[in-house]
Amino acid sequence: MADLTSEFIGIKSPNPFWLASAPPTDKEYNVRRAFEAGWGGVVWKTLGSEGPPVVNVNGPRYGAIYGADRRLLGLNNIELITDRPLQTNLREIKAVKQDYPDRAIIVSLMVPCDEESWKAILPLVEETGADGIELNFGCPHGMAERGMGSAVGQVPEYIEMVTRWCKQYCSLPVIVKLTPNITDIRRPAEAAKRGGADAVSLINTINSITSVDLDDFAPEPTIDGKGTHGGYCGPAVKPIALNMVAEIARDPETAGLPISGIGGVTTWRDAAEFMALGAGNVQVCTAAMTYGFKVVQEMISGLSDYMDRKGFTSTSELVGRAVPNVTDWQYLNLNYVTKAEINQDDCIKCGRCYAACEDTSHQAIAVTEDRVYSVKDEECVACNLCVEVCPVECITMRKMDKGEVDPRTGETVGDYANWTSHPNNPSAATAAE
Amino acid sequence: MSNSQLTEGIAPARLDPESYCTNFADHAPPLGTQEARIAADRCYFCYDAPCMEACPTAIDIPLFIRQISTGTPEAAAKTIFDQNIMGGMCARVCPTENLCEGSCVRMDSEGEPVEIGALQRFATDTLMAKQSHPYTRAERSGKSVAVVGAGPAGLACAHRLAMKGHEVTVYDARSKPGGLNEYGIASYKTPGGFAQAEVDWLMQIGGITIVENWQLGRVGDGDLAELLGDYDAVFLGMGLSGVNALRLEGEDKDGIRPATEFIAELRQASDLAELPIGRDVVVIGGGMTAVDAAVQSKLLGALNVTLVYRRSRAEMPASTVEQEHALTHGVNIIENAAPIAIHGNGAVRQVEFAYTKKGPDGLEMTDATFKLSADQVFKAIGQTLGDMPPKVEVAGGKIKVDGAGRTSVERVWAGGDCTHAGEDLTVTAVAQGRDAAEEIHQFLMEG
Repeated sequence: MADLTSEFIGIKSPNPFWLASAPPTDKEYNVRRAFEAGWGGVVWKTLGSEGPPVVNVNGPRYGAIYGADRRLLGLNNIELITDRPLQTNLREIKAVKQDYPDRAIIVSLMVPCDEESWKAILPLVEETGADGIELNFGCPHGMAERGMGSAVGQVPEYIEMVTRWCKQYCSLPVIVKLTPNITDIRRPAEAAKRGGADAVSLINTINSITSVDLDDFAPEPTIDGKGTHGGYCGPAVKPIALNMVAEIARDPETAGLPISGIGGVTTWRDAAEFMALGAGNVQVCTAAMTYGFKVVQEMISGLSDYMDRKGFTSTSELVGRAVPNVTDWQYLNLNYVTKAEINQDDCIKCGRCYAACEDTSHQAIAVTEDRVYSVKDEECVACNLCVEVCPVECITMRKMDKGEVDPRTGETVGDYANWTSHPNNPSAATAAE
Repeated sequence: MSNSQLTEGIAPARLDPESYCTNFADHAPPLGTQEARIAADRCYFCYDAPCMEACPTAIDIPLFIRQISTGTPEAAAKTIFDQNIMGGMCARVCPTENLCEGSCVRMDSEGEPVEIGALQRFATDTLMAKQSHPYTRAERSGKSVAVVGAGPAGLACAHRLAMKGHEVTVYDARSKPGGLNEYGIASYKTPGGFAQAEVDWLMQIGGITIVENWQLGRVGDGDLAELLGDYDAVFLGMGLSGVNALRLEGEDKDGIRPATEFIAELRQASDLAELPIGRDVVVIGGGMTAVDAAVQSKLLGALNVTLVYRRSRAEMPASTVEQEHALTHGVNIIENAAPIAIHGNGAVRQVEFAYTKKGPDGLEMTDATFKLSADQVFKAIGQTLGDMPPKVEVAGGKIKVDGAGRTSVERVWAGGDCTHAGEDLTVTAVAQGRDAAEEIHQFLMEG
């Protein structure tokens, strides 16, 4: 069994699986159960300033989209930060940390965007013995309207400013949690780095309406006939999160900035993918909220088995391993030619590849009277749609070797060449002149 | 209780009263909404779907399943009824393992098809429960058609013709419409009076009159010539009224009867406990009627039920699912054996069989024989066409038809089991009735 011990910005945890700041980490009872179940760390649900706590709606806080078997694919919430008194949370954080010294406890914070507010809360958090703080600049609903959460996260200057205050008034490592509700994720990440952040975590939830009640004509979740956008998370957001993590990991301005990966991590594989794209660890919420804390056990065994198979002895050998392979479109090899191939032994003759290719793509699949499907190499552009729609994974892409002639173009497969030097590229032509 | 399973002879009330309810309850309970959605999600929405091709009525199965999966079972039902107005009954009685489900591509990958039959029932039950009929009649044509036989072929034909605006009179020899749906199918496949409910629902189209207890050619009823005089066209869908005989001495002994007669009696029984059944029952034959008779004998409390078929199990017309259904209900199946003698004094006591083997000229009897105790014997070795009007050409014991059911007589069409194109299947009969109606309509409108 591979060693999953994780050290993220100096914070140790027995595994790289942390629970994200969210309802599962709102109180001592839950966090103790999480640690008993095996979670490596938690980011305690966001604390606000001293004084009367925020209030939550008393109707539904969540909306969801499902697969056919009610498999939850995406979750949306309109819950705010903790609605329990600050002192209660601080007392509980301290007690849990004392009992679980080997687990990571990070405290998520969101207070008004002024120096005094941050200056006031930071020493209180430090006193609990927590391992670090995470700045919630991402919450997209409710708090943003009060000038907090994503209202800060969408303005890089604010991020930088608040991060600086935190580094100034607190000795704990600072993680800046980024909102995806922004055009270019690199800008807030750069701002966090300039402000002295030890790490960024992403993504927070995405502005969303999960569905519309077609009888009441109200967005879901509906509160007394009205709805508001909430924050979207769960398996459905993973591709968006992976891209944003990779963008930060490969940008020269932010390369090397530690990343805590968040966004739809449900299985060990999701976690490994985030880590390969540069996340030092991952944070999980929806999977736990859907299935309970026990899901971490599969993540631990799965990642461990994978690392054993790969011969990795430390998670650090996995972190960032795929980053060099994330590139811009213009550098993709235009002389890499593949053709779809259908394994007739495995084909169940459903014809989905045919319908997809014939109706919507390149008319590159032939069918016989007795439903034998085959690829027309002279039409196949290797778009991969047939592979994606095949329910039994019987279609693969065969790489054509150098020197072979592509029957579609009549051209011989040559060496690596990309768009930057392609004759059709006006910029390339200019450069050549 | 005076009788038990051990009581000798043919006796009623072998079981306690509750057992009859349990035994004859819906053998395939309907899917719930969530079950249906999960089952529907397994459909791949195949291109040129093989299931659709395998369905004699060519229901657009991928479409109706997709309609279920999006929460619109009524639209799904409409997709089904467009092709098969008896989609509700077919969902219950079709040997789907040989038809749509047997050709499901998931058979290749997992050996478990999409539950097309159950999904079809979910959709059709949903719509029918609303007591709404989704079709309206076209403008009245002023033409009239006589349909002989209120079974699946006749009713499908009548419905389609009524929808096209024609006036239809359906004549049936029995006292209730429905044909084999009402009289010939195992009770647990269509409990709750579904066959009559379906007829009533179908009749909501309007323009159809049913005349019961009317037999073609019977004195006082009417013959084909009279029908042709009174109507613009005639459709024959009277099924098969006779049964094949064993051609053995002693076949007339007490306790020996056609399986179809037993099933019909059972279907019409108001109290199953009053229906007498033998202690030792022997069923001769290998089709669905044989299985239905054997299983229902067992469910009525027969102690020993043996189904004997002259060929191998692989050659049985009853599907493997049907055979397994019989076996799990405790029916003993003996293959490759044919009856050679009936023993008993007045009433049957034993049936003697010889094992068969394949010879150059067909099946041959071997010298190996055995006897089975029997106080009741059901013959299920095929049915025969009743007397036909003189001009109607018959080939191989069935009405000869061309194309969509045209007979040798002008203005007369036929469909279902009474024709050589019949397959002893409700769904095939519906397809033939429907297609004949389309052709009759074309003929009427041209004329």
